Amino acid sequence: MWKFIHQLASPPHFYRIASRIVPWFVFAGLLSVGYATYAGLFLAPADYQQGDAFRIIYVHVPSAYLSMVAYMIMAVSAGIGLIWRIKLSHAVAAAAAPLGAWFTFLALATGSIWGKPMWGTWWEWGDPRLTSELIMLFLYFGYMALRGAIDDTVKADKSSAVLALVGAVNVPIIHFSVEWWSSLHQGATLVKKGGPAMDPAMLYPLLAMILGFTFLFSALLLRRVRAEVLFRERRTRWVKELILSGEGPR
Amino acid sequence: MEGMSMGGYGAYVWTCFILAAVVFIICEWRARLRLRQVYRDIEVRIKALGDTQ
Amino acid sequence: MTDEDNTLGIFSGMLGIVRRDLLLAWKRPGDILNPLFFFTMVATLFPLAVGPSPEQLELSGPAVLWVAALLAMLLSLNSLFLSDFEDGSLDQMLVSPLPLAALGLGKSIAHWLTSGLPLVLVSPIVAITFRMPFSVTGVLMLTLLLGTISLSLLGSVGAALTVGLHRGTALLSLLILPLAMPVLIFGARTVSLVAAGDGVAGGLYFLGAYAVLVLSFSPFATAAALRISNE
Repeated sequence: MWKFIHQLASPPHFYRIASRIVPWFVFAGLLSVGYATYAGLFLAPADYQQGDAFRIIYVHVPSAYLSMVAYMIMAVSAGIGLIWRIKLSHAVAAAAAPLGAWFTFLALATGSIWGKPMWGTWWEWGDPRLTSELIMLFLYFGYMALRGAIDDTVKADKSSAVLALVGAVNVPIIHFSVEWWSSLHQGATLVKKGGPAMDPAMLYPLLAMILGFTFLFSALLLRRVRAEVLFRERRTRWVKELILSGEGPR
Repeated sequence: MEGMSMGGYGAYVWTCFILAAVVFIICEWRARLRLRQVYRDIEVRIKALGDTQ
Repeated sequence: MTDEDNTLGIFSGMLGIVRRDLLLAWKRPGDILNPLFFFTMVATLFPLAVGPSPEQLELSGPAVLWVAALLAMLLSLNSLFLSDFEDGSLDQMLVSPLPLAALGLGKSIAHWLTSGLPLVLVSPIVAITFRMPFSVTGVLMLTLLLGTISLSLLGSVGAALTVGLHRGTALLSLLILPLAMPVLIFGARTVSLVAAGDGVAGGLYFLGAYAVLVLSFSPFATAAALRISNE
């Protein structure tokens, strides 16, 4: 087990293992998302209060969840890279940032579209969760900007790691904001005492969608990490052998 | 199909799902493109320098 | 050396930095005055653009003053480590036997004394142009007091990350603004709420708590950032 993890930290091994995993994740992801989309749109009953508009939840919640997970992945791997100086860790952090930003955007956009018919407004500046999610989008931008501004890869890795860690304080704020302040968002529905407070027919597609999104996100992340690793290690022998052996970019 | 109108909220719901699909496709596209780009660049460099690298 | 000696050493090292920066600011009054002028001018931009309607002035006062204060702080943060970087004192700090976090904290404190505190003291004067009643002005000063502490601390981290970078200015703002937003939100809105008759405690508690939170990690993040930027 430890040997596996050790191997994983080695770029050439990671590159190969990742290339084998990606297709499976894509397959599993598409399967889950496919089921969830169909079930969420057509099988789940309409909500008592929100009618069919509630179905946006099947896109909004998974994206919001992943936007936060992506930040934690970015911050944790940046931290690991900083403390234990594992190059691959830094590559993961760099790869996670644009994905996280995209999912944050998706969460904000779908949330806004959901908000219009439900709360009558595209945006509510008083809502703490909306605001802290927006802050997280800006944190992603700042992270990518800082990386872009520093030419030396090692320095860029370390500087952005400090930034990512400092910004990580925002993630629990997003999650707990609905408990600490009054908000248009309802309180925790899924992860609370007594189990999820949702009709199973509505719940299962949601869980499946979260799972599917996670698989697809992971596939995207792994692909980006591979590109990152290849670029960083472009002068090493294992990369040279890989290229010369003619295995295409798969 | 009456399911399409989503009780009048059709525009909102479908926009969200399509938006999600678009975001995924963009991310996928860009990730693939980047990988391919990096690969090509290295390939060109290695072939240009020959085995003296 | 006993532990007590060590602690005194750290403390006096920190105070040394504060004293030095204050002296430098004294010799170059522009360092303190320019952000204040900037604050005043930005605060007047809004009434100029929006028009002189008294109700709008009163309503927008807290927000405008807070945004202006935030921008003024960002302006002065740019040069936090710049002169140290240029004249070599940054290198001295890096090799000093004293913990870099303490020295970084000293820089933050000095920055607050030369940028944050002056803003707090000048704000009532500018607040008058927004027809702000004295009681509300008092709350404004309190929120600025607590908020600028957070901003100085956060700003040190940002300044440390961007010291010596090409086009570091805009980048610094980009890095700090997301984490400064909660400060702005609570600072400005607390004052607005008080103007509308609501209580002040919640907002002040948040600002205080945020300052404490930022204080707990900022010196160490600043130190780490300084080391990284100057390898």
